Amino acid sequence: MGFFLETLIGGLMSGVLYSLVALGFVLIFKASGVFNFAQGAMVLFAALAMARFSEWFPELLKFDNKLLANLLAFAAALAVMVLVAWLIEKLVLGRLVNQEGITLLMATLGITYFLDGFGQTIFGSSIYKIDIGLPKDPLFLLDGVFQGGLLVNKEDLFAAGIAAALVVGLSIFFQYTGTGRALRAVADDHQAAQSIGIPLSRVWVIVWSVAGFTALVAGIIWGSKLGVQFSLSLLALKALPVVILGGLTSVPGAIIGGLILGVGEKLSEVFIGPHIGGGIEIWFGYVLVLFVLLVRPQGLFGEKIIDRV
Amino acid sequence: MKFTTLALCATLAAAAAGSAFAQAKEQFFPVLSYRSGAYAPNGIPFANGYVDYLKLTNARGGINGVKVIWEECETGYATDRGVECYERLKGKNGGATVFHTLSTGITFALTEKVPTDKIPLITAGYGRSESTDGMVFKWNFPLTGTYWDAADIILQHIAKKEGGWDKLRGKKIAHIFHDSPYGKEPIPLLQERQKMHGFDLTLIPVTHPGVEQKAAWLQIRQLRPDYVLLWGWGVMNSTALKEAVATGYPREKMYGVWWAGAEPDVKDVGDGAKGYNALTLQHGAEPNSAIVKEVLDKVHAKGQGTGPKEEVGEVLYMRGLKAAMLSVEGVRRAQERYGKGKVMTGEQARWGYENLALDQKKLDALGFAGVLRPISTSCADHRGDVWARIHTWDGKKWNFSSDWYQSDQTIIKPMIKSAADKYAAEKKLARRDVSDCQT
Amino acid sequence: MLYRENGQFKTSYEADQQIFPILQDRIGIGLLLAFAIVGVPLLADEYLFRAILIPFLILALAAIGLNILVGYCGQISLGTGAFMAVGAYAAYNFLVRIDGMPMIAAILLGGVCATVVGVLFGIPSLRIKGLYLAVATLAAQFFCDWAFLRIKWFTNDSASGSVSVSNLSFLGVAIDTPVEKYLFCLGVVIVFALIAKNLVRSHIGREWMAIRDMDVAAAVIGIRPVYAKLTAFAVSSFMVGVAGALWGFIHLGAWEPAAFSIDRSFQLLFMIIIGGLGSIMGSFFGAAFIVVLPIFLNQALPALGSLFGLEISTALVSHTEFMIFGALIVFFLIVEPHGLARLWSIGKEKMRLWPFPH
Repeated sequence: MGFFLETLIGGLMSGVLYSLVALGFVLIFKASGVFNFAQGAMVLFAALAMARFSEWFPELLKFDNKLLANLLAFAAALAVMVLVAWLIEKLVLGRLVNQEGITLLMATLGITYFLDGFGQTIFGSSIYKIDIGLPKDPLFLLDGVFQGGLLVNKEDLFAAGIAAALVVGLSIFFQYTGTGRALRAVADDHQAAQSIGIPLSRVWVIVWSVAGFTALVAGIIWGSKLGVQFSLSLLALKALPVVILGGLTSVPGAIIGGLILGVGEKLSEVFIGPHIGGGIEIWFGYVLVLFVLLVRPQGLFGEKIIDRV
Repeated sequence: MKFTTLALCATLAAAAAGSAFAQAKEQFFPVLSYRSGAYAPNGIPFANGYVDYLKLTNARGGINGVKVIWEECETGYATDRGVECYERLKGKNGGATVFHTLSTGITFALTEKVPTDKIPLITAGYGRSESTDGMVFKWNFPLTGTYWDAADIILQHIAKKEGGWDKLRGKKIAHIFHDSPYGKEPIPLLQERQKMHGFDLTLIPVTHPGVEQKAAWLQIRQLRPDYVLLWGWGVMNSTALKEAVATGYPREKMYGVWWAGAEPDVKDVGDGAKGYNALTLQHGAEPNSAIVKEVLDKVHAKGQGTGPKEEVGEVLYMRGLKAAMLSVEGVRRAQERYGKGKVMTGEQARWGYENLALDQKKLDALGFAGVLRPISTSCADHRGDVWARIHTWDGKKWNFSSDWYQSDQTIIKPMIKSAADKYAAEKKLARRDVSDCQT
Repeated sequence: MLYRENGQFKTSYEADQQIFPILQDRIGIGLLLAFAIVGVPLLADEYLFRAILIPFLILALAAIGLNILVGYCGQISLGTGAFMAVGAYAAYNFLVRIDGMPMIAAILLGGVCATVVGVLFGIPSLRIKGLYLAVATLAAQFFCDWAFLRIKWFTNDSASGSVSVSNLSFLGVAIDTPVEKYLFCLGVVIVFALIAKNLVRSHIGREWMAIRDMDVAAAVIGIRPVYAKLTAFAVSSFMVGVAGALWGFIHLGAWEPAAFSIDRSFQLLFMIIIGGLGSIMGSFFGAAFIVVLPIFLNQALPALGSLFGLEISTALVSHTEFMIFGALIVFFLIVEPHGLARLWSIGKEKMRLWPFPH
């Protein structure tokens, strides 16, 4: 029983981390209808920027304080992500305004390749460290009830807290600020929003910047856990089923989808996996999503797809 | 499409014409490397070591006066790119001398091609374990060790720690491996030993690229094995150590293969990896060896170092140095038969690799005193003696923590023979005749 | 002036319905085929065969298969790598387990197995559309990745999971040298391209295109979506499976599951997007572009660098390849979202008028 709970908790924690990446997808799709395959590359790029800046600033400016280095690096990385967002809007999205979904998807795939190569060119392709002081050792709960206690990863707990804060922050942003309302208007209907004077291109830059910010946060947390290296961009493939499960247009859907997927993956790997040789995590998640889609083709919380003839 | 082909032909022709003027008097070594992608952190130091040794060879006067040239080609650890690099480089500059693939996948693909193209393939410390049998695999050279040897030696060390092979009965050993031919290669030997000594073996695969290990380590936590064998590469290694920290598994009980025991794997885990043990392919990190001093002196001091100076002497860098040394020494040996001071073809170099006789005196003269043990190959044995030690990370550097071990050939030799026979039967190849050894 | 069809009158329905109704087109294709069959073997060297022409032909075949599914029937599929893997491993098993199985039969049977798997994973397309379907096909990709690593029967119980084939022969002729391999692949590709072209011009092709354009309206006028979608998956997977078997047998010789990973799926999708969705010719253009570009960049970038006196490391070349690749994809999508095939059609249109302006 204890082990089951441990796996469950581990799964929930992983799920939260996946939803951090998935949030970026949802944000962009909500506001512009573009499925941003480049989110994984953005996470990698942001994480690389953060890791390298936190190395370079102390060297360049000759100081030793780690907290200051991290704060400066965060600000610089955020600025870089906003710049990237602006460039993407200007060079790519602005010119593909009325194209179909698959063209925009392919464009974001092109951006993925570009960011991957560009990030590694500027920042390098070794493993880099992000150290924001998250504790790495495990926490054992309920020692008396379960033998050996329940293993909870402290780092993951912090990550869950940060993710929760991010979701709350984003919700407040969307519900109560003027910009948030403008974003929701654009998501609803581009043309109507334009006709009442909402500047579309500025809105898109804001959306991509917010997604970039989310990518930065996700990148810092994942980078702190795994080290910053190329495979971070493959996280997009982990976040995809989360987004699809939760529905492409729902922020709470991303979180709940993440939790479900995380739990499903870990439980299947630990309990079913050993009987069929192991390594089933990845496809199990996708097959799970497949079955959910067969029942609800728009995902759990997505908008119903209406086809007009 | 025709235009692009024509344009490409033109570029290639121009390049070939350019290089044709500079070919006859130089020995060409292609370098298949990966400096990008998920395995780059481990591929980069190896490639730097390999190229630095080639530069050093030139600084030392070449191979009996024959200058050495090389060209790197990025494979990204992908088999099809490796095959493309091979096809591109095999005929260049008078013909490639030897290929090191540094990837089990590319090794399998090139094993099929090298007999036709007559270029030897050195897979020092990786590749197919059965290619030790030179009577079937004429062109493969898994010099100084294969994965069956590695698995055997780790088990020997564990048995020694426990107090004897009989004490292993009932002990639990978990094998966490990269889900690819690389990680699966040692399993037959582990299972053979399991039959002999009665320990519990659990196999836990980790999908490429190896960042998803939470479930694997939760299983380990429940299993509570006495020992964990780590057969990872690239980012899988550091992730494994981080997950071990996160689940509280003692790193002292972890044993990595020689590709899972280098600085990139432990550096960013730092103190968390303290106590982690790994196998060494003869050498470990050797910052104080003569060869390192020579490289720093003759190559880096002149500003020609391929990578950063701090990297010289690290584990994977040394492995690159050693691989290049074997490439060069095989050619030198071939020159003894086919003409000193001449450029060797792939076939002639192959004879050199099959008749390596690097005794301790020669190795010391080359600068590998205390780093490498004698290496000698023969027609039937393309691997030579296997020597390995265990080294442990203390948070800052690797320290040797065991005596020298040799793999147990009484078990491995029959396995090699049966696997090689199976390959020969599948490919409808005949075993080489002893007379063929003289060619 | 040269490309006008003045004076070319068709006197039978067959002549009217042929694939290349214009005489100049027929001459052009004839010359191209003659060059491909006779000229290339005489002119090209081994490297060109092994590294460019053979991968180009095989990937063009796979691209044609994927184009049928994505371009003509509108079902986005990211599981192409998996279907190639099924074709390759099935062909391998047929070849190795049944004595005396001719290679061509093994390859075709591999295609049949890929068809079965393709139809199985195509069933969700009856319920799921668009992007969601792409993710569902990824399930196929990852599942097959895992199955070929884990289920030993597929790899003939090899300890490492890697398989290899040798001693290939077609109708008694051994296929060993690059020229023979090239000609074999060329033959297969020509046959399949012809079949594909005729399929998309027939009523089943029109059903596919109707489903792509407006599947609800198509169902309303009596086209059965089940039949159309599943046949699209079936035909597409057959071609992709055959391409996979060719990739493993002819190009690689020895392979492991990682040869058919998700990168392969993305690569094929790029090929058909850049080449042109819904165009057989476009699949060839896209395949040529994607096969030649990395190699071209690999040669050109160091040459360019040495022109400026810079030494470009292989890592930098690799990263620049990625960047240029990504940038070119975006560029093509902006400039011509319908791909190279559309550029080709526009070119032909202009040729029809030349030298007159309109």
